[in-house]
Amino acid sequence: MDAPAVERTLERMAREVLEMAGGTEGLAIIGIHRRGVHLADRLAAAIARERGEEVPTGTLDITLYRDDLMTVGPRPVVGPSALPDGGIDERVVVIVDDVLYTGRTVRAALDELADFGRPRRTLLCVLVDRGGRELPIQPDVVGERVEVPAGGRVEVLVPELDGELGVEVLGGSRG
Amino acid sequence: MAHPSGPYLGKDLLGLEELSAEQITAILDTAEPFKEISERPIKKTPVLRGKTIVNAFFENSTRTRISFEFAEKRLSADTVNFAAGGSSVSKGETLVDTARNLEAMRIDMVVIRHGASGAARFLGERIASNVVNAGDGRHEHPTQALLDILTLRDHFRRIAGLRVCIVGDVLHSRVARSNLWGLRKLGAEVGVCGPLTLLPRDVAEMGVTVFRRIEEAIEWADALNVLRLQLERMQAGFIPSLREYNRVFGVTSARLARAPRDVLIMHPGPMNRGVEIDSDVADGPHSVILQQVTNGVAVRMAVLYLLAGGAPEKAEAAKGGAE
Repeated sequence: MDAPAVERTLERMAREVLEMAGGTEGLAIIGIHRRGVHLADRLAAAIARERGEEVPTGTLDITLYRDDLMTVGPRPVVGPSALPDGGIDERVVVIVDDVLYTGRTVRAALDELADFGRPRRTLLCVLVDRGGRELPIQPDVVGERVEVPAGGRVEVLVPELDGELGVEVLGGSRG
Repeated sequence: MAHPSGPYLGKDLLGLEELSAEQITAILDTAEPFKEISERPIKKTPVLRGKTIVNAFFENSTRTRISFEFAEKRLSADTVNFAAGGSSVSKGETLVDTARNLEAMRIDMVVIRHGASGAARFLGERIASNVVNAGDGRHEHPTQALLDILTLRDHFRRIAGLRVCIVGDVLHSRVARSNLWGLRKLGAEVGVCGPLTLLPRDVAEMGVTVFRRIEEAIEWADALNVLRLQLERMQAGFIPSLREYNRVFGVTSARLARAPRDVLIMHPGPMNRGVEIDSDVADGPHSVILQQVTNGVAVRMAVLYLLAGGAPEKAEAAKGGAE
């Protein structure tokens, strides 16, 4: 996917999020570090363009909630988790990540969110679903589904970190 | 992978003397996100779930022990406190026997406070669990210095080039020693000020500026770290009297008012108000003494977190394997 394709995809995802959430009332967009954060900002901007309303955003670093910390060792740099003012209680929280694969990151994110409060509803929104789940977790809004065999890679590029916007699939085929 | 692998601490945290500037900075950086966890409604993350930590305090300490305990609990570790009084230590058990017995109960970490310099290293060499030095004799108190340095960094946004003066009983102070190591590794200029009887004789040779008069120290410094004057020093003849000490070396608002800049005031606690520091300074606008206490929990969370993950080879494996 090139930059215009990603932008178009995000516009469509924004409309789907609005439809599922029933509007912007109580909506909060939370990005998972690191690329999910930048995609969350873009999704929030697309929602703002669609509805003319700003939607609160936040970030989540799931490092301390990983289930493999003690087998892979800690990461010295843990990013900040910053939720919107007023917390997440009774809100419709949209978790945004770049690639959905095993589902373990989302499991960790759900655990971390629960430590901040109790959203009325939580939606999962990913730019790419590459399959290969190891947990019973499914996305609500998907940009694109891609079949990637184990060993293949999906790289989501964002301008803030990679200098460009796009998706690269290495060693897979579109499904 | 989201985060770069960085320098790791090894099995034990014994002092800042053994750490590199990169390792010290890694601890401070790791402490940043842990500050936020203590602001949450649910002040807990599951990162050390299932780990057992023994706080072995062979010397009395309320605030350090409580700070470690909060840090451990906010990381979801299980903790056991062990104080020298009323324990098997008072029945003559040696440090190693005590530790081996604890280890036989399958613990993961020991936080040790001990009156003998080198006790933490002695223990670390003899047991497989991680050991954190919470103060050993006159040697080091690394987590205190780390929280002091974190507080300085919060305020000045840098450590390199900063002028920090340690005031008081530097000779007997493990806090001073750890601060000296940590601050100098990170490029700060360090001064000491106190009665000559309470300054180490060779301190000037370490590249530390020695101030005989507190007024000169205040004129020079960006920050003062005011040490607690142990009351027993007077009995041992190091100083003539507490009143005399306050008159000559006390950090007072009158002295600070003559400083060319605002001087940040730190104190590791517990304070002797009216001896080494006056109440209006301790509670004044430039005091960050309570900020130090808050940062203490975050720094100790960072240390426990980094030690728990341990070995550098695991970090290497993580470079390739993460989703």
